[in-house]
Amino acid sequence: MSDILLKIENLSKYFPVKGNLFRKKKYVQAVESVSLEIFKGETLGLVGESGCGKTTLGRTIIRLYEPTAGRIEYDGTPIYDSAQKIAVDMLPYRRKMQIIFQDPSASLDPRMTVGEIVGEALDIHKLCSGKKDRQERIKALLDEVGLNTEHANRFPHEFSGGQQQRVGIARALAVEPEFIVCDEPISALDVSIQSQVVNMLEDLQRDKGLTYLFIAHDISVVRHISNRIGVMYLGQLVELGESYELCSHPIHPYTQTLLSAVPLPDPEKSRARQRILLEGDIPSPLDPPGGCRFHTRCPYATERCRAEQPALKEYGPGHYAACHLLEQG
Amino acid sequence: MDEKKTLLEVKDLKVSFFTPAGEVKAVDGISYSLGYNEVMGIVGESGSGKSVEAYSIIGLLQSPGKVTGGSITFEGEDVLSFSEEQMRQFRGNRVSMIFQNPMTCLNPVYTIGNQLVEALLCHDKGYSKDQARARAIEMLELVGINNAEKRIDQYPHEFSGGMRQRAMIAMALICEPKLLIADEPTTALDVTIQAQILELMKALQKKENTSIIFITHNLGVVAEICDRVSVMYAGRIVEQGPVNDIFYDPQHPYTKGLLASTPRLDEEGRERLVPIEGTPIDLLNPPQGCSFGPRCKDCMKICLRQKPPFVQVGDGHISACWLHFREQPGKGDKT
Repeated sequence: MSDILLKIENLSKYFPVKGNLFRKKKYVQAVESVSLEIFKGETLGLVGESGCGKTTLGRTIIRLYEPTAGRIEYDGTPIYDSAQKIAVDMLPYRRKMQIIFQDPSASLDPRMTVGEIVGEALDIHKLCSGKKDRQERIKALLDEVGLNTEHANRFPHEFSGGQQQRVGIARALAVEPEFIVCDEPISALDVSIQSQVVNMLEDLQRDKGLTYLFIAHDISVVRHISNRIGVMYLGQLVELGESYELCSHPIHPYTQTLLSAVPLPDPEKSRARQRILLEGDIPSPLDPPGGCRFHTRCPYATERCRAEQPALKEYGPGHYAACHLLEQG
Repeated sequence: MDEKKTLLEVKDLKVSFFTPAGEVKAVDGISYSLGYNEVMGIVGESGSGKSVEAYSIIGLLQSPGKVTGGSITFEGEDVLSFSEEQMRQFRGNRVSMIFQNPMTCLNPVYTIGNQLVEALLCHDKGYSKDQARARAIEMLELVGINNAEKRIDQYPHEFSGGMRQRAMIAMALICEPKLLIADEPTTALDVTIQAQILELMKALQKKENTSIIFITHNLGVVAEICDRVSVMYAGRIVEQGPVNDIFYDPQHPYTKGLLASTPRLDEEGRERLVPIEGTPIDLLNPPQGCSFGPRCKDCMKICLRQKPPFVQVGDGHISACWLHFREQPGKGDKT
């Protein structure tokens, strides 16, 4: 688990918001200077509220969005570096890095059959020797994700949400990748179907030695599937740690509130516990607050938090957080 | 707390949608009663009929949906026999509803204040315009909107998601209804905002003594806010009981399955989830027997032939499953 598969340094992604004669061009700072390492064979979970930039980060890492600044290294080779002006051709890397999207019905072409959808990836990377081989690979892939092999000739709308998501997973697996970004893969599914997909992702990881970046807003699911969890707030990583350690001993005030807000399916426990309630809403990423970005909602904010941005530091083995209060102890 | 008296009584309610492909029995004979000051949770997956059932109480069922049988009694009155005009007076005044997505339920071209005042004036509560405005401001403050005097003249798009849901709650409660139907009110919100809204609803429920029907698919939310829970599957209630019984001593295989397949933040080890296999049934061709039968791991022959009746498994706790007949009735058995 110690080999680093993917390393990002100070990765940022800004989206321009159109200005005009009267309005200056502004930028949404969706991801702001995030540094991370993802180890081989692990699942790194990424949680945060909507608009915190977790999806943008996932897509920027595999360069579906071109980064604004920073450096991405895959297996030791840089695939993007803004300082050294490196931006390699991604096609060979697409074989290694894949993504599963949130809304399966929106991410499958309605006019292609399931076989064509899965086969397209094989064609692009020229992975099949002939027609027969292609057919067999498609069947094997569908079988692997628990779909009937006769389903290859059907269209996406003929499937339920859970089955559509399985098609999305089969498509990602087609090129035999090493790393998969799972972007809210179960959020659109029913509760009883969610666990089926979670278990399948776990099995696939075990059998194929996959590495996952698992993005979701449901922290209970992320805790279940991940080895480590990163918590994001307004485009920045505020806490990173081993998943059980982070959930049982969160040290950043934002993580603490986030965890205390999760409803527990246990009437007595959930009624007995004390909640930390946050005031107000997330500030706009167009104009994020200076200093620590959380200071406008943080119950413990001090002068220093308003003025100075805290850096991500290690406070326990493998447990990082960005907060001034922790430095003071 | 007087829970003996019944506010709402639903008996054998059946709702069908008549589609070109055939009749879809969205709600297939459900019964329950709700006391004053009680919070009842209705849990189920999408397509289980939990929303349709609520829409029929408040007369918002849309064509081709039709109530095909059963009765709904609210404080002794037969809701289904109401005329259009009576329904209009009933809705919003004695029963009101909050919806999943506040943005689609607020009118974007009217100010929040306009919409709140409209609710009061429509129901002829004897308020003058100024009084109605004052009452609207009071309600906005009650639901925790800061600076309500200024906020009242803003439009929905100027509110954030959480604030819109607060405004929706203010609007629903402004006429002091006896019953509030909340249809997935926190599903579209982030967890920290969800926590705020749940706290607010709990506080308001105590203060205003409103009964709530809380429809959701999130078991955690149910555990937090409800007194009693009905679990729905494919248009039927499969289990119903006090919240503690449902969570600590579930009897129906579907309820057990739901609980086992939900990852929990407080679980100790990293246990593998136990999913419910299969997919939800096709309501156009429902199975002859128990609708959960095809997905149930303890399915017996009789389950595929005949629908199971309710069995009393505890105090106020009922479950519809043939397994209760295999063992001694009334005793929870481990499967």
